[in-house]
Amino acid sequence: MSTLVERKDLIAAAAAQMGKQVYKGAEDAKNPLPRKELHQDGGKVTTLEDAIKQTGLKDGMTISFHHHFRGGDKVVNMVVAKLAEMGFKNLHLAASSLSDVHEPLIEHIKNGVVTKISTSGLRGKLANEISHGLMEEPVTFRSHGGRGSAIATGDMHIDVAFLGASSCDPMGNACGYSRSENAKSICGSLGYALPDAQYADKVVILTDDLVAYPNTPNSISERNVDHVVVVDSVGDSSKISSGAIRDTKNPRDILLAKQAAKVIINSGYFKEGFSIQTGSGGASLAAVKYIRQSMIDQSIKASFALGGITAHMVKMHEEGLIERLIDVQSFDKVAAESLKCDPMHKEVSANEYASADEPGSATHCLDMVILSALEVDVNFNVNVLVGSDGIIRGAIGGHPDTAADSALSIIVCPLLRGRIPCVVDEVTTLITPGSTVDVVVTEYGIAVNPSRPDLKERLVKAGLPIVEIASLRDKAQSIIGHPAALPFGDKVVGVVMNRDGSVMDVIKNIKG
Amino acid sequence: MFVPGNNPAMMQDAFIYGPDSIMLDLEDSVTMAEKDAARLLVHHALKTIDYGNTEMVVRINPLNTPYGKKDVEAVIKAGVHVIRMPKTETADEIRELEAEIEKVETELGCLGRTQIMAAIESTLGVINAYDIATASKRMMGIALGAEDYSANLKTQRTPEGMELLLARQTIVVAARAAGIDALDTVYSNLNDMETFRKEVELIKSLGFDGKSIINPRQIEVVNEVFAPKEKEIQKSLTILAAIKEAEKRGSGVIAVNGKMVDRPVVIRAQRTIDLAIASGILTKEDIA
Repeated sequence: MSTLVERKDLIAAAAAQMGKQVYKGAEDAKNPLPRKELHQDGGKVTTLEDAIKQTGLKDGMTISFHHHFRGGDKVVNMVVAKLAEMGFKNLHLAASSLSDVHEPLIEHIKNGVVTKISTSGLRGKLANEISHGLMEEPVTFRSHGGRGSAIATGDMHIDVAFLGASSCDPMGNACGYSRSENAKSICGSLGYALPDAQYADKVVILTDDLVAYPNTPNSISERNVDHVVVVDSVGDSSKISSGAIRDTKNPRDILLAKQAAKVIINSGYFKEGFSIQTGSGGASLAAVKYIRQSMIDQSIKASFALGGITAHMVKMHEEGLIERLIDVQSFDKVAAESLKCDPMHKEVSANEYASADEPGSATHCLDMVILSALEVDVNFNVNVLVGSDGIIRGAIGGHPDTAADSALSIIVCPLLRGRIPCVVDEVTTLITPGSTVDVVVTEYGIAVNPSRPDLKERLVKAGLPIVEIASLRDKAQSIIGHPAALPFGDKVVGVVMNRDGSVMDVIKNIKG
Repeated sequence: MFVPGNNPAMMQDAFIYGPDSIMLDLEDSVTMAEKDAARLLVHHALKTIDYGNTEMVVRINPLNTPYGKKDVEAVIKAGVHVIRMPKTETADEIRELEAEIEKVETELGCLGRTQIMAAIESTLGVINAYDIATASKRMMGIALGAEDYSANLKTQRTPEGMELLLARQTIVVAARAAGIDALDTVYSNLNDMETFRKEVELIKSLGFDGKSIINPRQIEVVNEVFAPKEKEIQKSLTILAAIKEAEKRGSGVIAVNGKMVDRPVVIRAQRTIDLAIASGILTKEDIA
């Protein structure tokens, strides 16, 4: 028999050996309040202004946002307006992407609230103004995988992340959908917000549905959340399938989609257990519809579909044609609902999706990807960011990540958009290097990268209209002539980072 | 496939969808104010764009308008294959167009190059179908224009198309008697592909050679309906091979699988193969 008092010396000796203190008893008395009340009042739930104050945000720091609500996003404008009101200046805004809806940032840039931007893309008036030289410091453009890596490696340090969520409990467990009766919004996957939640110094969740603890399953864990702010609306879910995402009735897109499907079916990669991703362009989304029938006819199932998940993918998953869905971004409401309800529909972070540094990321396991393009050049380089008028009008997205890591990358691109040629001598801005691009599908023929003679042979054998890429450029020029050189100025308005963290290209300001 | 003659983007893209024939329109889809601009645009499209093997047709304005004769001149100078005469009611109208074509062709030194297709869009036109079909050696086809025809008939179009039956059959019979093509009218509800397919099946069984369309999305349905089945193709290939063999031997009578093959059977076999080529199932190399 030995008592605590008798063991006192032994405890002290053990503590001394371990370099630890001896337990002195709890300092505070237990709080007897019901836990709901305790955390509702004194916990993480607060107003936006108080949350900002408590994060310790200072002028010159980096704030971050995700773009899962795309055209319906309300968080960026709401938070930046509050920061402006509170007198912050010189902030670095690091969003996973920005779109037309973020036009109010123009005023905040002019007023010095935001002086630096990092993003995957820019659209609308904001993009137009920046292209004409609105900002002193160039915008840094990264791919989704590149952004995830930059955050993880500390290359881009985030001080405070402001992350919109469709539901969150008072402890900070948050996700892109809600299971409560008061659900106001849904965006599905929060994949692009996950690196921010994990690595930012402080994390503020903004939600339009504060639900009871525990909000499980969740995307973002309370472990990573410092403050929870309840707002009227974080985003308009009806607009998550706007912007880049289109379900096409355009006959040319349908033609391109059918040709892309034929490339896939005859590529040699179309066999049991294959994996696939499609980009957000109308034609690449539609291609999925056309490979569906061949999957049924040939009794072929895909092991997984990756990336932006669409209603088409969900349907094929439910039909048993695609076993698993790996979702970094839900491209429409159907996909978002599926993520909420189907355990085989898995949410992944940007890093798990496409990080260049993490060999386990899903893109490394990807067989095929169909991507769109603004321009392709005769060396198979692709531009998805800057229009042929020199104005930024797109987003890098996962384009270079998936092209580099997949076994077969297919670019679907019309030869001509009105009077604009899309197969050119040299792309306006280099986003995806030609060495990672295997096939270019146009309405006037299909070009195969000379580095893939095996693929070319299979596609020729299948009777597809295979042509040299230079002949596509010639064809475009024969129809619409040679466009005049763009009136670029000398100021650099954008820097394009490769996913490995190196600088790949710069964007100059456009005049006029 | 009908393409408005005032829409550069559509004119530029039209042939990539693989229609057998493209009809650039200067008539109903172009407003009065744009007639001259459209004529110029169509002229340049025909001269500049490489339409490959696609048959190029232009629907001109009627000759009794201020635009018709100018249209004829502009499109022949650009090398059009076929001129489509709208609202044709009598053989005289075709002869008048022929004279106009000859005038321009003589000037250019390409006499006999341009063919004529007549659109029959009225009851009088239907009554005169055979006369119209045989009015000129340049005639390559007659086509039904059902909207104007239904209005003239004092009725309207229905999904079943009973109101068009006489006109359709008259046009097919007249075309066959004249040895030229019979082409059916357009179907304009793009969101109802099922009714469109039924209509294409109907007109195929009536004997039409093809269907006019207004959107590339309709091409697939027409090709599917008109495409001969694999079995038919094989049978036809066997018949044509036997004919070739018989001609080599100098024999006039042939038998395939013990059955005698006479002239109508050979004609049908040839038509099956022509359709297979038009639908993209066979290539000319496959036959040679």
